[in-house]
Amino acid sequence: MSITTTETLSETTLLRFATAGSVDDGKSTLVGRLLHDSKSVLTDQLEAVERASASRGQDGPDLALLTDGLRAEREQGITIDVAYRYFATPRRRFILADTPGHVQYTRNMVTGASTAELTVILVDARNGVVEQTRRHAAIAALLRVPHVVLAVNKMDLVGYEESVFATIAEEFTAYATELGVPEVTAVPISALAGDNVVEPSANMDWYGGPTVLEHLETVPVSHDLAHCHARLPVQFVIRPQTTEHPDYRGYAGQIAAGTFRVGDSVAVLPSGRTTRISGIDLLGDPVDVAWTTQSVTVLLEDDIDVSRGDLIVPAKDAPAVTQDVEATVCHVADQPLVVGHRVLLKHGTRTVKAIVKDIPSRLTLDDLSLHPHPGQLAANDIGRVKIRTAEPLPVDSYADSRRTGSFILIDPNDGTTLTAGMVGESFASPEPVNDEPEDDGWDF
Amino acid sequence: MTTVAETATGGEGTDAPYALSHLDALESEAVHIFREVAGEFENPVILFSGGKDSILMLHLALKAFAPASIPFSLLHVDTGHNFPEVLEYRDRVVAEHGLRLHVASVQDYIDRGVLKERPDGTRNPLQTLPLTEKIQGERFDAVFGGGRRDEEKARAKERVFSLRDEFSQWDPRRQRPELWNLYNGRHAPGEHVRVFPLSNWTELDVWQYIAREGIELPEIYFAHEREVFRRAGMWLTAGEWGGAKDGETVEKRLVRYRTVGDMSCTGAVDSEATTLDAVIAEIAASRLTERGATRADDKLSEAAMEDRKREGYF
Repeated sequence: MSITTTETLSETTLLRFATAGSVDDGKSTLVGRLLHDSKSVLTDQLEAVERASASRGQDGPDLALLTDGLRAEREQGITIDVAYRYFATPRRRFILADTPGHVQYTRNMVTGASTAELTVILVDARNGVVEQTRRHAAIAALLRVPHVVLAVNKMDLVGYEESVFATIAEEFTAYATELGVPEVTAVPISALAGDNVVEPSANMDWYGGPTVLEHLETVPVSHDLAHCHARLPVQFVIRPQTTEHPDYRGYAGQIAAGTFRVGDSVAVLPSGRTTRISGIDLLGDPVDVAWTTQSVTVLLEDDIDVSRGDLIVPAKDAPAVTQDVEATVCHVADQPLVVGHRVLLKHGTRTVKAIVKDIPSRLTLDDLSLHPHPGQLAANDIGRVKIRTAEPLPVDSYADSRRTGSFILIDPNDGTTLTAGMVGESFASPEPVNDEPEDDGWDF
Repeated sequence: MTTVAETATGGEGTDAPYALSHLDALESEAVHIFREVAGEFENPVILFSGGKDSILMLHLALKAFAPASIPFSLLHVDTGHNFPEVLEYRDRVVAEHGLRLHVASVQDYIDRGVLKERPDGTRNPLQTLPLTEKIQGERFDAVFGGGRRDEEKARAKERVFSLRDEFSQWDPRRQRPELWNLYNGRHAPGEHVRVFPLSNWTELDVWQYIAREGIELPEIYFAHEREVFRRAGMWLTAGEWGGAKDGETVEKRLVRYRTVGDMSCTGAVDSEATTLDAVIAEIAASRLTERGATRADDKLSEAAMEDRKREGYF
């Protein structure tokens, strides 16, 4: 391993996070400031933004233009898709899924949150917790994002008043906790003025917590693997069949959760046959132990039938194998999902035929009310579904394992990704069912 | 390669047990992508230019399938304006790993009169047709590209699995949401999927990983003396494609290349970095993106990359 010379260049950890909030909340300004103040915006990018801003008659560089990638977006002044941004500090590397606030909001935030370990939710200090804030909190809770940051923005416009911040932070934290969000960190900021984004604010002595960036740099990115169920979806069987490796037969995959050790007694699902791990190759090097999210090749003691789509699990900690899947879903396609729809379901590395048996309810994110038997789900709808699969699947509850508790539904005719699914209960602490009349009061 | 002893206690530079270092996390993600494609597609190919990103892709693919050989062939879109050092490198690695190399030649298309040389002499925009026809002709269903989302803002919204129609066209509105690490590679006959395993890498990550893994690169990536001339704010090298025109003077300078493409539109930068560590230090201090510094083709318009992507470019 070659040693690089300065602290900035040493290996560090990676945090994937998402932002939620609308332009009005100052999200683009916050993102722009994180990129700009961490010196991730380079001269030619800034010049391009300045040129574009000037050609539109704007006075200063509009940092929102850094995140508007496509011609259609610039022409219409909207953001139509999740954009990924990259920046680094000496302490950590960041991948930011920047989700737009307007069109296709739910779909984009669900997409961004699916791989995020942290979500920053913005509110305007003048408005406090509004309907949209509750939607954002609900999506973060549904997607089981481990860490949520509430950035109370525009503190400069409320005189940097502690009581304004405290009221909002308290209300939001109570709501998020009720939804099962395990950790909320509230930070009073002014993205425009730079208070508590990268540098601590001189205007809010009463706040003793971290700045947004300090929190991003220090929040834990690893989990307590001792309590995780070990899961390895088999992607590919490696058989060199060369004179050097005539009998090598390795099962390649990325460990979805937990830890595997040489000697572990394992079962291969869905068949349920058991054997022991005789070796683990970490990209060419033998190791004794490997953990999520390493990509490995596992060798087994017995010559049993294992192929792509199988799931290797500890013999004593295997998930239930079932053909009946109940899940919370977010519908992401323009064509609706209807009862009776024949689809493909991709879970881990296995894709099977499936049928949508029932859509028991649709969930309104504003107030978490449930609308029974909607018949179909349209784009950006969240709902409960019951699915029957053509073959048994080893599924975990999404609450236990984000990777082996999630799936996507695919249209078998045109290949469209229809729906994102999370197995099991929607929220960590379920809300009472509230049978209100159909309400189409939200518009995205 | 980090060892178990290091990583089990948190690893160098990491702040928690069992957290992967950023390079290990990016490596594992790229390997997962290669293996998904191997498991779901019939006839994948890696676009290989001999540039650092394609060299990195090949290195990751070799690791993903070790000790077996990689289940993909390579495709080089040859503009005819190649750096000789890069062609030599290409042929050497192909022989070393026993790989199958396809070549789509822009020169052939020009010789046959199908494509016409542009007045500015650059052949980058001419690569799209030979690439597309080679994909159709060989029935490649997955095509790995080394594109990274940090390169350019049209790329920032690119998927890891990017669906292309039978004309190789990219329609940003037809792209599928990508959730978790569940990639959807379904496509109709005649369509294919462009796959970008380096989507989440930055230029600095690429160089740090090359240094860590001790990956050999063509010499032009390191500072060397070269006869160059100034055009459109870049140092260009004369070659078969052309050279200095009236008013442009050739001078000898110490330079290196940050990207490697068609000689006619890939510029060198002034540099004294003769080692990987020196290159990394230079990049970390640079105030220009690699495309901004070295690619004339992206300066054509604000949407230059978006337009080329729509037409089937890399």
